[in-house]
Amino acid sequence: MISTTVIMSALELGFIYALVALALFLSFRVLNIADMTTDGAFTLGCAVSATLAVAGHPLLALPSAMLAGACAGFVTAFLQTRLNIPSILAGIITNTGLYTVNLAVMGFSSNVNMLRNPTLFTLVQPWLGAFYKLIPAAVLTCLVGTLLVLFLRTRLGLSVRATGDNPDMVRASSINTGFTITVGLCLANSMTALSGAVLAQYQKTADINLGTGMVIIGLASLIIGETLMPKGKPWMKALGAILGSILYRFIIAIALRLDLPSECLKLISAVIVALAIGLPAIKSAVKPATKGGKA
Amino acid sequence: MLKVHNISKTFNPGTVNEKKALNGLSLELEEGDFVTILGSNGAGKSTLFGAIAGSFVVDTGSIHLDGMNITNLPDYKRSKFIGRLFQDPLKGTAPSMTIEENLALAYMRASSGTSPFSMISRKDRENFRERLAQLGLGLEDRMDHPVGLLSGGQRQALTLLMATLVTPKLLLLDEHTAALDPATAEKVLALTEQIVAENHITCLMITHNIPSALSLGNRTIMMNNGSIVLELAGEERANMTTERLLKVFHEQGISNDRILFSADTE
Repeated sequence: MISTTVIMSALELGFIYALVALALFLSFRVLNIADMTTDGAFTLGCAVSATLAVAGHPLLALPSAMLAGACAGFVTAFLQTRLNIPSILAGIITNTGLYTVNLAVMGFSSNVNMLRNPTLFTLVQPWLGAFYKLIPAAVLTCLVGTLLVLFLRTRLGLSVRATGDNPDMVRASSINTGFTITVGLCLANSMTALSGAVLAQYQKTADINLGTGMVIIGLASLIIGETLMPKGKPWMKALGAILGSILYRFIIAIALRLDLPSECLKLISAVIVALAIGLPAIKSAVKPATKGGKA
Repeated sequence: MLKVHNISKTFNPGTVNEKKALNGLSLELEEGDFVTILGSNGAGKSTLFGAIAGSFVVDTGSIHLDGMNITNLPDYKRSKFIGRLFQDPLKGTAPSMTIEENLALAYMRASSGTSPFSMISRKDRENFRERLAQLGLGLEDRMDHPVGLLSGGQRQALTLLMATLVTPKLLLLDEHTAALDPATAEKVLALTEQIVAENHITCLMITHNIPSALSLGNRTIMMNNGSIVLELAGEERANMTTERLLKVFHEQGISNDRILFSADTE
């Protein structure tokens, strides 16, 4: 059955990918923008992290990856808010461009390995023993989650939330929506890139295709989290995103145990997301308006 | 206080849809003035508010508020000291955020000297609770409820509180009770009067209801075709009745079913 190793790695990966779920919580749920930059920003994080780790700076790699991710988010936000490109297209444009950027960061090679280089995890291995991967991943994700929740209570954070919630109101308030969208997308993509950065060091290799489909995996985790925490304050939703990501990894682990070919995973994720987001429409189609129900 | 000088605005110039919405309009408000604005649909009332609030830049003329030239200031910078309420009660609040979060946002954006990362304190929260209690709607016990659960009247009352939580230099009310049922509208109007009086807010209010236009505030202006066609204040205003004002409307060549209707219902 499921061994401790499997549980451990599901937890580790769950925490690492939870950063993407948190990023999508910010962009997709709070700002109400489907941010297609996610895939490219994740790979960008991997690439920056791997390149710097190989150069001997595994810790510096993390803030650098976040900064790079924030820049990617800034480009998407700029296309959207200054050049009036529709948000989804803006993300796809940045994502496409990032493919070349990511290759360039990795020295125009499609993968980089860190097998002989120290990583964030090998640095702490002497103190943490068997938990040397789980503890740093968990601490980092919980820290980022806490900071995100605190941020959402600040003046700027509330402005970002209002931007996604009621643009009409925001236009009549002293809030520059171009600015709040930019802040939101920069933060979201820095979290996505951090996730990629940690993952690259975790598996000691970065690959140009690591980010493919990441936006769907992140959304699947986020939505699983929302079924666990259907209502509540931002901290409960952020916690839900983290738990959702962990649960998603367990689902994947079980699927692999059942000898499901790993090639099927993306299709399963896609179906989960389509069903979950389409659920309200499916419900109303199956059950026509009941008596006294809202129109 | 507010000096609007000779402003004009033409929408869609040079097309078949060309519309001269404001036509060399001038208006001056003293501190503490509460001016009600009457006029038929398309008279330019809301456009005047748009010009003052900065929804667009006027073609000609200038707008000064409290000695500062705000003619070319973007809307989000003006709204730090101009509060604005719309007819649609859903426009002024963020539905999935709680009452407290909505108030916190309104409070922090209008307060001076707050950093982007400032948060509300326990003392602020107590202040919100007190101000909510003054509305008399029981909202002070529901501060952690999402605003989306409130009724239209409650949301409009909350929007009014948000706009005046930090006293604005100018309050613009654009038919803010028109979408509410009569009883709720009366309540929100009474709250408006109370809040404006208590805080000595300079205020402009658009209404289609002649009796309330004449009873609320200290001045009444009537607009037509983007200009002010009648100004009432002091004794002349005190002696004005709905019937006589309607007569003036007809003499001006303004006939409007909505105005007649609102006069009849009184």
